[in-house]
Amino acid sequence: MIRPHEIVTPEGRSLWSDAWRVLQQNRAAMTALVLLVTMTLLVIFGPLLSAYSFDATDWDRTSEPPSLATGHWFGTDALGRDLFVRTLYGGRISLLVGAVATAVSLLIGISYGAIAGYVGGRVDQVMMRIVDILYALPFMFLVILLMVFFGRNIVLIFFAIGAINWLDMARIVRGQAMSLRGKEYVEAARAGGVRGSRIIFRHIVPNLLGVVIVYATLTVPQVILVESFLSFLGLGVQEPMTSWGALVNEGAQELENAPWMLLFPATWLALTLFCFNFVGDGLRDALDPRDRQG
Amino acid sequence: MLRFAVQRLLGAIPTLLVLIALAFFLIRLAPGGPFDSEKQLPPEIETKLRAAYNLDDPLPVQLGRYLLNIVQGDFGPSFQYRDFTVSELIATGFPVSLRLGSLAMAIALLLGITAGTLAALRQNRPADYTIMGAAMTGISIPNFVLAPLLVLVFAVWLGWLPAGGLGDGSLRYLVLPVIALALPQVAYIARLTRGSMIEVLRSPFIRTARAQGLATHTIILRHALKPALLPVISYLGPALAAIITGSVVVEQIFGVPGLGRFFVQGALNRDYTLVMGVVVFYGSLIIALNFLVDLLYGWLDPRLRQS
Repeated sequence: MIRPHEIVTPEGRSLWSDAWRVLQQNRAAMTALVLLVTMTLLVIFGPLLSAYSFDATDWDRTSEPPSLATGHWFGTDALGRDLFVRTLYGGRISLLVGAVATAVSLLIGISYGAIAGYVGGRVDQVMMRIVDILYALPFMFLVILLMVFFGRNIVLIFFAIGAINWLDMARIVRGQAMSLRGKEYVEAARAGGVRGSRIIFRHIVPNLLGVVIVYATLTVPQVILVESFLSFLGLGVQEPMTSWGALVNEGAQELENAPWMLLFPATWLALTLFCFNFVGDGLRDALDPRDRQG
Repeated sequence: MLRFAVQRLLGAIPTLLVLIALAFFLIRLAPGGPFDSEKQLPPEIETKLRAAYNLDDPLPVQLGRYLLNIVQGDFGPSFQYRDFTVSELIATGFPVSLRLGSLAMAIALLLGITAGTLAALRQNRPADYTIMGAAMTGISIPNFVLAPLLVLVFAVWLGWLPAGGLGDGSLRYLVLPVIALALPQVAYIARLTRGSMIEVLRSPFIRTARAQGLATHTIILRHALKPALLPVISYLGPALAAIITGSVVVEQIFGVPGLGRFFVQGALNRDYTLVMGVVVFYGSLIIALNFLVDLLYGWLDPRLRQS
């Protein structure tokens, strides 16, 4: 781990500039990153380009194939709604879930793991035993249960998905925190009378950022997947709002007469997951000091 | 080994209890009572009903009774399928799902390990990049996207295979659902195998085997495969869970009358007892299989037993 005084030495290389250099050389990861940024911008601003709204039905134009002339660039669905705008709106939900649920899982996972790892001893044993027990639970089924019993509520989805994905993060952070606990600067802080909670959040957590970023990047596609899965089953977002999972489901039902209803949202969803996985892999190579060369 | 087994069993039991307790309290917390309907029941009848179903006992007592019933395989009657108990529905649907799932698992292991080993042997060469690129694609296409795409290509456009149902039960009807279930797992297992195989191939005992002039396939099959497969074995648990979860959507898409389909129908129709029964059943199955995987792992890797 690089200590602050090393960062300011003239020829020193920080973890971040090193990582950025490695990442830039990874062509697949950089392409994925550019694609992701483009898709995010499109999802946010793209609907402004189209003349149609996401929920306006047009009964004269149901299940029309994609065409530049009509302005329905991705075609229309069985209710005559514009698929281009709907795909982008679905993307907003999917990406938002990705961001919010990941943030929730980071918050829980980092606090939990850092406390367990820093405090150690019996507290750590009990906390990690709980993680072990939860780890073996089939969470997808429990989320489905939540949706069935408490209704389809988008806020609930966000937090439920985030709340089930923190276990990996807690384990990783705990391992790192344990090794950081013995470092001199932590000892110095302790000798200086700094409180435990302050040491955890001022000294331990900032030094975990590398690992956290890698796993956060890999958590985003997972939570997007869970939300799409729920929406696909009809347990996610509610009509007329939509998400990629819901769109794929609608497309699957119109396979024979309107394959574009499946193909467009499916491509966007798969491409997004693909890019996140590639960026995550690239970041892991870049930020994992074990494989550092040169 | 026996101590190890007992230890692992003691680890699995609390998980099972947490699962059942969570399921139980979720039902109790759910808005709306079991006797809510359009017609308001007279209070005296509702009191009688509550008494008949022991709903006035303290919650821990009710949980205990629920647990006792489940152990005896009694999940109660289904709300939606009036003439069936949940246990009967599980008994009808599970064999179908089991057939689908075990075929998918077998294919995932066979293809995944083979592809991963091939990629490791050709590390950083075109074959490796091709296999790993394909694996990354496989990981990024979830089964509920893959399944309709397969139907579109092989059933609608090419017309080679049936689009759904079980038909006469012949293999033709299983091909697409099994592929949809297996492919993402093939991808994961290939990546895992490649990573650990590369590490094993660098170790001294493999170099020794090479120096003795053993043929590559002998080295791989006799010496490298077993240690290289350890990460794959520890992934078996999550893989099983993923295949079971995946079967829920795949059965729904292909109209396969398995347990997953009952589950989705139950979830959409708020058939509380059915949904709960399937969750507890599949949850216990996953926990039990995880326990077996743990044992297998301990048997293969003696270091684990001692710690």
